[in-house]
Amino acid sequence: MLSQIPYQNLFTRVQPVGPVHDGVELPPGNSPRDGKPFLVHLFGRLGNAQLGPIYLGPLGIISLITGTLSINIMGFNQLASVNWDPVEFIRQLPWLALEPPSPKYGLGIPPMNEGGWWLLASALLLVSVLTWWMRTYTRARQLGMGTHIAWAFAAAIWLFLVLGLFRPLLMGSWSEGVPYGIFPHLDWTAAFSLRYGNLFYNPFHALSIAFLYGSTLLFAMHGATILAVTRYGGDREIDQIVDRGTASERAALFWRWTMGWNATMESIHRWAWWFAVLTPITGGIGILLSGTVVDNWYLWAVKHHVAPSYPAVLGTAIDPSTLIVPGAK
Amino acid sequence: MSARHSPIRRLGALVALGAALVLAGCERPPVETTQQGFRGTGMQNTVNPRIAAQEAAARAVPPEDAPPASPDGPKAGQIYQNVKVLGDLSVAEFNRHMNAITQWVSPEQGCNYCHNGANFADDSKYTKVVARRMIQMTQSLNSQWKVHTGATGVTCYTCHRGAPVPANMWFKPMTPVRNASLGGALGNDFGQNKADGPGVSSLPYDPYSSYLLGDEEIKVYGKEALPQGIGNGAPIQQAEKTYALMMHFSKGLGQNCTFCHNSQAFSQWVPKKVTAWHGIRMERDINNTYVVPLTDAFPKERLGPQGDIGKAYCATCHAGQNKPLGGKEMAKLYAGLQALAPVITLPPPVAEGGRSVLYFGVGSHDLVAEQTKGLETLLGALSGNPRSVVLVSGYHSAAGEAAANAELAKKRAEAVRSALLAAGIAPTRVRLDKPQQAEANVAGEDPAARRVEVRLQ
Repeated sequence: MLSQIPYQNLFTRVQPVGPVHDGVELPPGNSPRDGKPFLVHLFGRLGNAQLGPIYLGPLGIISLITGTLSINIMGFNQLASVNWDPVEFIRQLPWLALEPPSPKYGLGIPPMNEGGWWLLASALLLVSVLTWWMRTYTRARQLGMGTHIAWAFAAAIWLFLVLGLFRPLLMGSWSEGVPYGIFPHLDWTAAFSLRYGNLFYNPFHALSIAFLYGSTLLFAMHGATILAVTRYGGDREIDQIVDRGTASERAALFWRWTMGWNATMESIHRWAWWFAVLTPITGGIGILLSGTVVDNWYLWAVKHHVAPSYPAVLGTAIDPSTLIVPGAK
Repeated sequence: MSARHSPIRRLGALVALGAALVLAGCERPPVETTQQGFRGTGMQNTVNPRIAAQEAAARAVPPEDAPPASPDGPKAGQIYQNVKVLGDLSVAEFNRHMNAITQWVSPEQGCNYCHNGANFADDSKYTKVVARRMIQMTQSLNSQWKVHTGATGVTCYTCHRGAPVPANMWFKPMTPVRNASLGGALGNDFGQNKADGPGVSSLPYDPYSSYLLGDEEIKVYGKEALPQGIGNGAPIQQAEKTYALMMHFSKGLGQNCTFCHNSQAFSQWVPKKVTAWHGIRMERDINNTYVVPLTDAFPKERLGPQGDIGKAYCATCHAGQNKPLGGKEMAKLYAGLQALAPVITLPPPVAEGGRSVLYFGVGSHDLVAEQTKGLETLLGALSGNPRSVVLVSGYHSAAGEAAANAELAKKRAEAVRSALLAAGIAPTRVRLDKPQQAEANVAGEDPAARRVEVRLQ
């Protein structure tokens, strides 16, 4: 019987349907929740079928308003940059951006169309993101939960702040900020690596990549393990932390057989959390050090004997600008 | 069964459609990769043979070159009126050059594209004025800029490819879009973020005005491991503009970054990067010395949106190949396109008691008259002591292929030997040394590297 429960699928194939519910009673001092909950079958295929109610509160309202304003400033600047042509806006959307000010303005306030819009959109986005973070913190507290989600979100905000606030402040120019655009922020990233002598040699960049890939690996290993033992009740993994059953035993045994060691039903979640959180934390450190503490990561790596030396397959040459004889072509 | 699976099928179809949309911008495999750098470093050049074959088929085929005509007989300048360039060619060679230029530039329009059919000496057509200046430019490219043009050289066909207007050139873009109704209050694109940027990137769309007309600094990487004062280095915007120029290089030559760069550290100098470095200086010379001064000669409809003339960049000559026309050495068949006045100023020859040093041009083994003066003291010493002998050592710069350079150094030494023999020194008294490579002159900039030393033994 148990083996026939079709859990091992991309979609939830059995949806128990019951009366919708508002959730637990809120402690005093909370706003009422908004919206009447209802069920959507398609949503139920991927997650929970019930939609709503949502808790907005003052923080949520501030976050939504500032966020909407910020996105609109970006969008209307992009629309204006194609001369208000909606067809061109859609066609060129991936290329369009709201650019930071020119270097000549330093940390001053530039005219609106010289980067002032970028500064305003950034400030609004900052308020939006921080109030949303406070919301994740207070909502977790009100539910009596731990604040792991808020701190994980804070790790991402750290990288966002390094890119848009901390590093520009340390470099003394808003022009060091990232443009708001799809391709433009990618081109910015590639140019950043070239400017600072190849980020490949930035050890924090390397750590960030290791944690990023590590996160995906852990996610895949854990997801696969739990799906593989659902037939033994492994999907009730939180129960199994304190009351280890055959699902847990089999999963642990599988990893000990294949790689000699295993995480526990509890520790795997800590691992995954730290790997995910360390990805933007280490990445942010790597960005923050570029230009402020290290100007050329390749030369830094040579200095510290990190960069390997390869045979000069392409040949060697001297910078011709150092060889030019005055007066000659 | 089918009813149970139909949502899955529908979903599958949706996923396939989505994937097709996402991949619509990609080119169809297979691609071939060629290793460029050391193994394991991922330095590869990637070519899609299917697309490369299409491009090769679409490329115009250069017309047949007529065999060189006799250099004897009267010069064109003596026979024809108003000949300001190529006048020192024989009439037969001059006409061969003119026919070739017609085939290269205006095969359909014929001679009258530039000439007044009733009076070929007439300068009333702007095309003739432009063509004359372009011939001087070509001569300059084949003599002054050999360090970039090399053995391939340049003819009119390199850029024109059978069309009066070269297919690949650049104009200054429209001024950034400013919406009049809002008084330019928003929408500043900072000269970038458009779908027609270099290499379909969102990088600055006009790096050419800065680097191929102006001489803004292209190097942006940190010169030292640690910052020399925070904020003193190049801002990221400059890095993006350099990157945009490099995207044009890549597209213009049909190559990846690793063709000229060691991707471990893009700042490192390798011989191909040096060639490209000279190419940038050459393009500045083309645009500032030859092209832009012709702006007023051009009719309005030939000019760009800002009223500027079409200018040269890498793609103008290269057209997607790392050597224009696949490296076909057309230019050397046309004597008139080879030389301007001697260009690189050679250092004066050295004449000390028992030692002479004579200098040569880039890639040249012609001993120019002025340099032979350096032999005078030595010749005096030789005639004073009939038993003395001299050792002649030819030097070449370290740039380029070793074998060809050694041959060049040998020919330089032989040219000096011939000069000594012509001055009446017995062949037994002139010994040739093995070819020598000049020290530390890798890029070939120091004219003193290209020399012959003659020592009294």
